[in-house]
Amino acid sequence: MKTLGADRVSVAFAGLRALSGVTLSVASGRIVGLIGPNGAGKTTLVNVLTGFQAPTEGAVTLDGVPLPKLGPHEVRRRGIARTFQGGRLFRDLPVIDNLEVTGVGLGQSRAAAIAEARAMLDWIGIAPLAERIAGTLPYTDERRVAIGRALMGRPDFVLLDEPAAGMSAPEAAELSALIRRIAGEMGCGVLLIEHNVGLVLQLCDHIVVLDSGSVIEQGPPGVIRASDKVRHAYMGTAAETDLPVPEIEG
Amino acid sequence: MPGLLQILLDALSLGSLYALGALGIALIFGVMRLVNFAHGDVIAFCIFALLWPSVDVVPIVFAGQLPWFLLIPFVLAVGAGLSVLAELAVFRRFRHANPATMMIASFALGFVIRYFLLMLFSSRPKSVQILPGLSQPVELLGARIPLLQVVTILVTIAVLLALVAVLRRTRFGLEMRAAAENFTMARMLGVRANRVIMGAFAMSGALAGAIALILGSQTGTADIMMGSSIMLMAFIATVIGGLGSLFGAVLAGFLLGGVSVAMQFALPLEARPFRDAFVYGAVILVLLWRPQGLLSGRAAKERV
Repeated sequence: MKTLGADRVSVAFAGLRALSGVTLSVASGRIVGLIGPNGAGKTTLVNVLTGFQAPTEGAVTLDGVPLPKLGPHEVRRRGIARTFQGGRLFRDLPVIDNLEVTGVGLGQSRAAAIAEARAMLDWIGIAPLAERIAGTLPYTDERRVAIGRALMGRPDFVLLDEPAAGMSAPEAAELSALIRRIAGEMGCGVLLIEHNVGLVLQLCDHIVVLDSGSVIEQGPPGVIRASDKVRHAYMGTAAETDLPVPEIEG
Repeated sequence: MPGLLQILLDALSLGSLYALGALGIALIFGVMRLVNFAHGDVIAFCIFALLWPSVDVVPIVFAGQLPWFLLIPFVLAVGAGLSVLAELAVFRRFRHANPATMMIASFALGFVIRYFLLMLFSSRPKSVQILPGLSQPVELLGARIPLLQVVTILVTIAVLLALVAVLRRTRFGLEMRAAAENFTMARMLGVRANRVIMGAFAMSGALAGAIALILGSQTGTADIMMGSSIMLMAFIATVIGGLGSLFGAVLAGFLLGGVSVAMQFALPLEARPFRDAFVYGAVILVLLWRPQGLLSGRAAKERV
């Protein structure tokens, strides 16, 4: 059982405070949601947790121990992986190479990386896409490849940055099933950043709501649903972000 | 038609030089978004590495006496070594600078190398004998073709094939392809950024060495300015090919060589001295038609 945490993390960009004193934690096998209006600091927090952005104050902790200042690559090697908004695959490379380069980057031999990549594509259910050039994939497949790439090397934690953006309800439902499997079958701790609040309420055990760089509310879905503060933060944007809850089996 | 064959070989051998030069620039641009204007001076440095430093008219041959199987690796290693040194000493410090700053730094480095050579060897071109066996003509389909031209073309093809094999088949190649497309992402995924960049510089430098060998054998002289003209054409080729696209750079290199040679023959006699003006004019037309280059690389796209 591992725990990834942010401990009173603040980030300031030239005087602008993107995050102030954010504390949260994700444990193995759990799905934690991170929601908030645009500009709330969600992606900044992901950047801090994955070493893309050094916190101005506070620290990232692994099992309660603050991590030293590490680059994204070292953070990844410690088992903290992420996806990016829009997938960000190597679009000129075949799908299998996208995963293989990740395995190799983690220190695997090429043969081991290829073997794991194939197994991973199979696990996700996209094995037939292995040789396709990533840039030619339909949108939802691209997202699934991006998740597969993040899962190479079996990270302890995976941070998914808006994986359902632009997906239809059935596609989002398929994605939530995959996310559940990541937490359930792999035992991975998942931090899910998503605009689709309905999806987050369905999937997550614990939800953190950010607004203007601060945590304004956190708790299980019921607490978030009932919170006035959350409703207030979403006012004006509620119509577009508070989508109907998709039907999800299981 | 021996005449036509000769024109074709001229075009291919000139195109080979441009393609090798363009590749050297595109390799580094791919991983660093750096247009390395010092590349031409690395070429010059490689040729002077064959001589002992002296400002005398008569050159003192140093490594130039080596047999070919030592000479070729030596020159390639000098190019690779100097290029890697440039990365370590200069470009590494500019890794996070904007592309314009890096470009200026590369100009500065180019001048440093050039004036270093000037100091050691003076500006007077010197005669060098590299691989003299290559200057003999060979009979090919009834035409007398300089052996060097044939060798140049074959070497270029071999280099290109080897590069493709490295990029496709090796771990380094995999990392390099990923880094060339999206460097930040590749780093995030654990691609060893420093090693990939150093590898790109080493390969680029070795290509500069190959050009130096070909140019040196062709002209029989070592001139501190010898890299500059190739560098200009090679840079143009990388732009036409679509910055960041290796294949585009090679294609455009051959295209430029072809156009140059074709104009040499097709232009009216009075216009031939101004051939380069016509070539550059054609370049402008191509860029008006496709500003992003023939094969648009990912250069223009935003990095993560």
